Amino acid sequence: MIAELGHYMLVLALGLAILQAIFPMIGAYRQDGRMMMIGQPAAYGQFLFSLAAFAALTYSYIVSDFSVAVVARNSHSLKPMLYKISGVWGNHEGSLLFWVVFLALFGALVAYFGRGLPKSLRARVLSIQAMVGVGFYLFMLITSNPFERLPNVPFEGNGLNPLLQDPGLAFHPPFLYLGYVGLSVVFSFAIAALIEGKVDPAWARWVRPWTLLAWVFLTIGIVLGSWWAYYELGWGGWWGWDPVENASFMPWLVATALLHSAIVVEKRDTLKSWTILLAIIAFSFSLLGTFIVRSGIITSVHAFATDPERGMFILLFLALVIGGSFLLFALRADKLRAGGLFAPVSRESGLVINNLFLSVAAAVVLYGTLHPLLSDALFGVKSSVGAPFFNLVFGLLMIPLVLVMGLGVHLKWKRAPLKGLGRKLKAITALSLLAGLMTLYVTYGGEIMPVVWMGVGVWLLLSMFQELGSRIKLFQVPFKNSMSRLMRQPRSSWGMSLGHLGFAVGLIGIVATSSWNLEQQKVMNIGESMTIGDYQLTLDDVVAVAGPNYSAVRGIVSVTSTDGNSFIARPESRTYISSPMTTTEGAVETTMSGDLFIVVGDTQTSGRWAMRVYYKPMQVWLWIGSTIMVLGGIFSLSDRRYRIGSPQGKKKTRSVAHAV
Amino acid sequence: MTQKGLKAGARKKRRMYLLLTSLAVLGLAVVLVLSALEDSIRLFYDPTEIVEKGIKPGQNFRLGGLVAEDSYEAQEIHDILVNKFDVTDGNETVSVVYKGLLPDLFREGQGVVAEGSMNEKGYFLATEVLAKHDENYMPKEVIDSLKKRGEWQRTQTDKDGAS
Repeated sequence: MIAELGHYMLVLALGLAILQAIFPMIGAYRQDGRMMMIGQPAAYGQFLFSLAAFAALTYSYIVSDFSVAVVARNSHSLKPMLYKISGVWGNHEGSLLFWVVFLALFGALVAYFGRGLPKSLRARVLSIQAMVGVGFYLFMLITSNPFERLPNVPFEGNGLNPLLQDPGLAFHPPFLYLGYVGLSVVFSFAIAALIEGKVDPAWARWVRPWTLLAWVFLTIGIVLGSWWAYYELGWGGWWGWDPVENASFMPWLVATALLHSAIVVEKRDTLKSWTILLAIIAFSFSLLGTFIVRSGIITSVHAFATDPERGMFILLFLALVIGGSFLLFALRADKLRAGGLFAPVSRESGLVINNLFLSVAAAVVLYGTLHPLLSDALFGVKSSVGAPFFNLVFGLLMIPLVLVMGLGVHLKWKRAPLKGLGRKLKAITALSLLAGLMTLYVTYGGEIMPVVWMGVGVWLLLSMFQELGSRIKLFQVPFKNSMSRLMRQPRSSWGMSLGHLGFAVGLIGIVATSSWNLEQQKVMNIGESMTIGDYQLTLDDVVAVAGPNYSAVRGIVSVTSTDGNSFIARPESRTYISSPMTTTEGAVETTMSGDLFIVVGDTQTSGRWAMRVYYKPMQVWLWIGSTIMVLGGIFSLSDRRYRIGSPQGKKKTRSVAHAV
Repeated sequence: MTQKGLKAGARKKRRMYLLLTSLAVLGLAVVLVLSALEDSIRLFYDPTEIVEKGIKPGQNFRLGGLVAEDSYEAQEIHDILVNKFDVTDGNETVSVVYKGLLPDLFREGQGVVAEGSMNEKGYFLATEVLAKHDENYMPKEVIDSLKKRGEWQRTQTDKDGAS
C-alpha cells in the first residue's frame, strides 16, 4: 500500500513538473504575470510529492517490505538501521529517486529564495529546472520504477554488499548528488539568460551563490568518496583516476572555473558568453558522470547498479540536453555584449588563464576517460588509460595553474604593474626554492617532479599568506590595527583566502602521499616483528571477535616509532553472515607526518599470519586541506553580498547582522 | 566616435591575446596528451590472445578472464606471501603471480583483471589486481572475451538477481 502510494506521489510530481515546465515559460514569453506565478507553487508541490515518494521507499526499507523488488534485492532484515536507510540510495532505482528529490528541492529553493529575481527570469529558471526534472521522472517511471512489486514475495532479502555497509555509503552519495544536481540550477539560470538575451552583473550575483553551493557539495562528496576509497583497501587508494572518479572530477573542474569566471562577470561585466558556456558544460558533465556511472560502458572499479539498456535512455537525454543547450547558445550568444576592458596583466587575465587551464584539464580528463571507449569503437582495440597518463599530463598542466593562482591574487583589476610584484614576491620565492632544495636533499636519488611540485605547493601557500598579510597591512601598521583589519575582512575574502590556502595544503599532501609512500609485507608468527620507515611493528596476538552481523579475526599489533611513541593497532578481517564474503578492515594510525596503515590476514597454509603495512606520508594534509577549502566555500556563501538571491535585501541583512 | 573606435581596437587586441594564449595552452595539452598516451595505454588481452600473439616479456598490459577453479594458492617465499592463480578464458590459461593484497572480492570462478607483464618462464607477474566493489563483478572486457570464446552463460550474472 505504502509503495503504491509512493508510486502515485511520483506520478503526481511528474504532473506538477510538466505544469511547471510549460506555463511559466509561456507566461514569461507573453509577460503574463498569472501564468508565471504558477512556477512557485508547482515547484513547492513537486518537491513535497517527490519527498513523499522518497519517504515511502525509505519506509519500505525500514520495515523490510520484501514484496518491493528493490528492497528484496538490496536489503536484509538483520541489517543495522543506518544501512537499511542508506541502502535506499545504494542502488540504481533508489539513487535516481534521490536525484529527482534533490532536483525538486533545488527548484523549490530557487522559488523561495528567488523572490527578489525579476519575474520573467525566475519563471524561466523554474521552467528549465522542471524540464530537466520531467526527463528524470520519465526515465524513472518508464525504465526503473523503484516501487515495482515482486509476484512471489521472498522470505528474506538479498542483503547489501558488505563492502557497502559503511558510513561512506550513508554520506558520500548524498553530497555528490547535491553537487551534481546543484549545478542544474546554474544550468537553468544560464539557459534562462540565453532566452532572455541578457547577462549582467546582477545575473552573476544571483548565479554565484548557487555555483558556490554546488561546488561546496561536490567538493564534500568527492572528498568523502576519496576518503572511503582510501581506508577501504583494494579500491585503488584515495585517487586512482578510475572513470567513475573522473566523472565526478570533471564537473568539479568546470564548476571551479565557473566560480571564477562568474566573479569577472559580476565585477567587470565581461566574459559573459564564456561563463554561460561553462554553466552548460558543468551540468552536462554532471549528466555525463551519471551516465558513465550508470551505464557501465567504461570499466570502473567503483560503478554500481549498472545497466546498459537504461544507459541508452540517459545517453539520449544527455544528447537532448547538451545538443539543445549548445544550439541555443550558438543562436543567442552574440546577443551578450562584453563590457569592461582589461590589460594583459590584471586580475581578469589571471582569472582567464585559470579558466583556460581548468577547462583544458577537464578536457584532458574527459579524453583519457573516453579513450578506451573510442579505441574500442573505432579500432576494436581494447585498452585502458591508467594513472600514469593522468598523473603526467595533469601534473604538468597544474604547475602553470598553481603559479598563476599564486600570482593572480596579488593583481589588481583592469591593469596591474608587474614591477612591484617581483619585489614583493622575492622573499617567498626564495623560501620555496629552499623548500624544494630541502625536499631534494631528503629524497635524493628519487624522482624530480615531486620536488618541483613541493616547491610550487609551498610557494602557493606562502603567496596566499603574503596576500592576506598585505591586505591587513601586517608589519606596516601596528599589530593591533592589523588584527582589527583581519577581523573586518568581508567573509567572501576570507572564503577566497581559505579556499586557496586549503588547496595549497591539500596539494602538498597529495604530492607527498603519492610520491613517497612505502609498502612492506611479511609472513610472521605471533611475537615476531617487522620494520617500515621509522616504525617497528610486533604482532602480539590474533584473537577472534564477533560483530553484529559478522565474525572477525583481529590482530593486536604493538607499534613503536624511532621518536619513542608507541601504540597498539587492531586491524581486522571480517566474514559476513548474510553473504559469504570477507572484508579487510585495516588499522590506520594518523599523524601530521604520515598515516600508518596495517592489515593482517591468515595465510591459509602454515597457520602463520600475513601482515601488510603501508606508510602514506602527509596523507592527512589532503583531508585537512580539503576541509579548509570547503570552509572557504561556506564562508563565501555566508557573505551578505551573496546571500542567496536577495541582492535587494541588503538593508535588512545589515540590520540583522548588527543585531547578532 | 574615436573613443568607440579605440575601445573596439582594444577589444580586438584583447581577443587576439586570448586566442593566442588559448591556442598555446591547448597545443601544449595536445602534445602532452599524445606523448603521455604512448607510454601509458595498457592494452587488454585475454589468455588466448597472449598465447596467439606471443607477447614479449616485460611489456605491460592488462590481463582479464576468470580465476580458474581450484587454482588459487598462497605460497610463503622468504617470509613473503605470494598469491598464485590461473586466469582462463575457457580456451587457454595463464598463471598469475601476485605479491600484493588481493581485493576482498577476489574468488575462484569470478572475473578478474590484472595489470603487469609476462616473465621469461611464461608467468604473468601482476603489479595490480583489480576488483570492482559490486557483487556481480564482471568487467566488460572479460564479458566480451568470454562471449567470443563461447564460455559466456547468462546465468553468471543472473544468479545474483542483477536484472
